[in-house]
Amino acid sequence: MTSHPSHAHEHAHQLVPSDPALRVKALESLLVEKGLVDRAALDALIDTYEHKIGPRNGARVVARAWTDPAYKQRLLTNADNAIAELGYGGMQGEHMVVVENTPKVHNLIVCTLCSCYPWAVLGLPPVWYKSAPYRSRSVLDPRGVLREFGLELADDVEVRVWDSTADVRYLVLPERPAGTDRLSEGELAALVTRDSMIGVAKVPAPVQERHR
Amino acid sequence: MNGVHDMGGMHGMGPIQHEKNEPVFHERWEARAYGLSLAMGCFGKWTLDALRHQIELIPPADYLSMSYYEKWIAALVELMVKTNLVTRAEVETGKAALGSPKMSPALTPDGVGPMVGRGAPANRDVPATPRFQRGQRVRARNLNPAGHTRLPRYVRGKSGAIQRDYGVFVFPDTNAHERGENPQHVYSVRFTARELWGEQAPAKDSVYVDMWESYLEPA
Repeated sequence: MTSHPSHAHEHAHQLVPSDPALRVKALESLLVEKGLVDRAALDALIDTYEHKIGPRNGARVVARAWTDPAYKQRLLTNADNAIAELGYGGMQGEHMVVVENTPKVHNLIVCTLCSCYPWAVLGLPPVWYKSAPYRSRSVLDPRGVLREFGLELADDVEVRVWDSTADVRYLVLPERPAGTDRLSEGELAALVTRDSMIGVAKVPAPVQERHR
Repeated sequence: MNGVHDMGGMHGMGPIQHEKNEPVFHERWEARAYGLSLAMGCFGKWTLDALRHQIELIPPADYLSMSYYEKWIAALVELMVKTNLVTRAEVETGKAALGSPKMSPALTPDGVGPMVGRGAPANRDVPATPRFQRGQRVRARNLNPAGHTRLPRYVRGKSGAIQRDYGVFVFPDTNAHERGENPQHVYSVRFTARELWGEQAPAKDSVYVDMWESYLEPA
């Protein structure tokens, strides 16, 4: 993983200081005054995406697929139904397709035109996913993009980039790391990172296992 | 439209800035902007395609310099003004016009769960004979509409192979402009990296693009 240039990020935020904050506050007040918006509904919606719907959902799907071959088969052939088995689905996950990483195939998800992302299993996308650098170069130079994330792929690995131009939302089923045979489904889910389900990283092997 | 949003294949946008332990929202106004956009969308006055197009209409220099949720708010204001939910004067003053009627919110707290859980499927259960079959060679048409399209520039005129037929979906190019849903088959089309970027691209690599039937012709 590349170290994050946090100063650059903070700088980007300082360029637009409190102005949008004031504008959004004024807009919310106006819409509440006109009866168009219920503040409690906004609170509930925000809470849903801050605390209930996020990459832990996708991690459970991945861990189930790693431990249950029949589930994995269902996931790869009819992702909507398989994901619904775990209670997930709905907004920005209405039409899901899961693509499997193997030692010879590496999948990467992008939306070059805007910010399409599988909310139902990964929550809202990180800033870098929505940013011009990622959107512009992922289709042109995916191996270079992966190197920026610290992932160097061998030449004989086939790279498949999925540009989310329509209504299908993609999820990468990452490779199960070595040394995890004895882990439970729950322990496996804890290993699965958001980035591995976008395809910009592999799932790291568990730290304890390395020491054994 | 051939806007700056259609940036697949461009150079010069700088390094990717990955942030460790990134929060869902960096500031509270981002969360409120997100909530407002979805709540106002519930009035059904515009489609998601229209919202995407409104964001594309942000002038290129602004598009590249504004943060994500600033763009959402800019597009939301334009759509609310266009559909008479608010007036520009109200947005500028932050006060409801004198004597304007009190409305009822389209999104209530009880409505959040069902909205999130149901989503808004874009497929349509209408009979449509697919024009293309799996494995068939196709070419992305060289279309340059001034309005909304989901046909990225980097595939126009390029040849690929139909990988999968996803079924029948609402067509954004017409739906964004209130010219009807025009539902049609959407295909996953595989383009080799060499077809898109030339001989120096790795031989095995490819890009899969989801394409409405209107974007394709037999190769």
